[in-house]
Amino acid sequence: MTYPNAQYRQIPYDLVRELTLATVGVGVAVLVLAAVFSTPDVPALSAKQVVQQDPLLLVQTELNDLSGQSALATYGPPYNHGTDSVQAIGGFSPQAWSGVQIPIDPAYTEVIHPLERMKWIDPALNGILATWNHASESQQSTWVDNVQHVLPRAAVVGGKLILPAAAHGSYGPVVALTNDYLALANSGLLEAAIDGEQGASPIINRTKSLLLLQGAADSTYAQKLNMLGENWGVIKETGNYPGAVWLWYYTLLYQIPPYNTSSAADLLVVLTVVIVTGLLALTPFIPGLRSIPRWVGVYKFIWRRHYRELRSGGNPYETRE
Amino acid sequence: MPDTMPSYVDSYVYLFGVLTLASFFWIIISGVILVIFGPDWWHVSAVGHFFNSTHFWSVQAFFFFMVLHLWAQFLMAAWRGGRHWTWIGGWMLFLLSILAGFTGYLSQNNFDAQWVGTQGKDAMNSVGVGGFFNLLNFGQMYGLHVFLLPMLILFLIGVHLFLVRKHGVVEPLPLDDGYDKENRRPTGSPVPEGESRP
Repeated sequence: MTYPNAQYRQIPYDLVRELTLATVGVGVAVLVLAAVFSTPDVPALSAKQVVQQDPLLLVQTELNDLSGQSALATYGPPYNHGTDSVQAIGGFSPQAWSGVQIPIDPAYTEVIHPLERMKWIDPALNGILATWNHASESQQSTWVDNVQHVLPRAAVVGGKLILPAAAHGSYGPVVALTNDYLALANSGLLEAAIDGEQGASPIINRTKSLLLLQGAADSTYAQKLNMLGENWGVIKETGNYPGAVWLWYYTLLYQIPPYNTSSAADLLVVLTVVIVTGLLALTPFIPGLRSIPRWVGVYKFIWRRHYRELRSGGNPYETRE
Repeated sequence: MPDTMPSYVDSYVYLFGVLTLASFFWIIISGVILVIFGPDWWHVSAVGHFFNSTHFWSVQAFFFFMVLHLWAQFLMAAWRGGRHWTWIGGWMLFLLSILAGFTGYLSQNNFDAQWVGTQGKDAMNSVGVGGFFNLLNFGQMYGLHVFLLPMLILFLIGVHLFLVRKHGVVEPLPLDDGYDKENRRPTGSPVPEGESRP
């Protein structure tokens, strides 16, 4: 078989030797790097950790979910029919078109449902949950609003929410619900109670419990670890480790206008990356773009020996029979 | 197996491709060991953590060499002479590798995975795929990472290597910018008997 570049003068080539040397060389390098630098492994943030370090943050999260004021409650597709996080460019909104595919009602999914699962262990929860479930939505909102109103003056002592004294019944069952919620979080079982709806099968989809802490709790933790977006955290690992640095272009866009000021930043960034990537992949067919290597001229350095031979009157070509 | 190569290939720039392949080999080896012991192992075992580190640094090496390979091929305009599918296939490999790296990142079961998952989901949701490609679903990310994506990458590497072998290594650009389009080769290079076009 004659290859297209068989017309050039050939030199000996030992592919096996090259592959072996490359494999051994890279292998030694990664083993040394692994031994010297290891890898980071900061444990995932758990509700237990939050309740032990900043219990009022979990109380606030729970109340926001109960009252439908959390970012998750107003998010929109694919979780619910909210609109706060729905991104659109003009009338172009694939997020809105995609519809609700992972239904989540935060009050029920993140708070009431996990507590309902615990009533087999704590029968007192039956009455508390019945009071909540049988109340009207406006009554539920009033109870939660009353608690949220005094939350700046609240404390959690011994795992119990302590609120300023108020008229009898103005907090409804919210304090009792909250205390049980804090206890469930403190036991380390909250995430499992949220996610584990399929009986005894292992929990391999943690979507719902991860969404519980996605707001202030995650951000506070991320800030302590320098992982926020302005620190380009999504392309690095915790600590001073390189992460997915090859996503630098994607992350760069979030830092510059118009992306960093747009309410549809994610949609704009993804569309930009898709278009730019498509253009780069189709470089061979795009006049101008495909000529850049000729203009840049780095190829003259790469093939310098070949060109030197040409200039000196040598013949790097040969015709093979 | 080739035992000769054109004299112009005698440059270190041609090593980036084989170094990318070598890194991929170590990714697979360390990844298979991690899969055998399960996703929890490396969190609780020093040996497991070492293999996770090997996996991590192999990935860093893989992308380092692949990006150098990509730049080198761009600067040599390596899509010339009917090699456009090699170039496009290389880009598909790059994109699939990014997806593989991302799903691996999300499969770590630690704060890195938690943070990137909750942050990255908004981008997926914004383009309407978040309900299907759910970054917070560990089982889905792990399955894609340890099986489907590596298989696709392996297949595409095979196609990529076949195309490189079929078309040969791209020839040097003509120095005078003159290209003998009629004979589809650098100006001045000899035309083998029978290939000259009228």
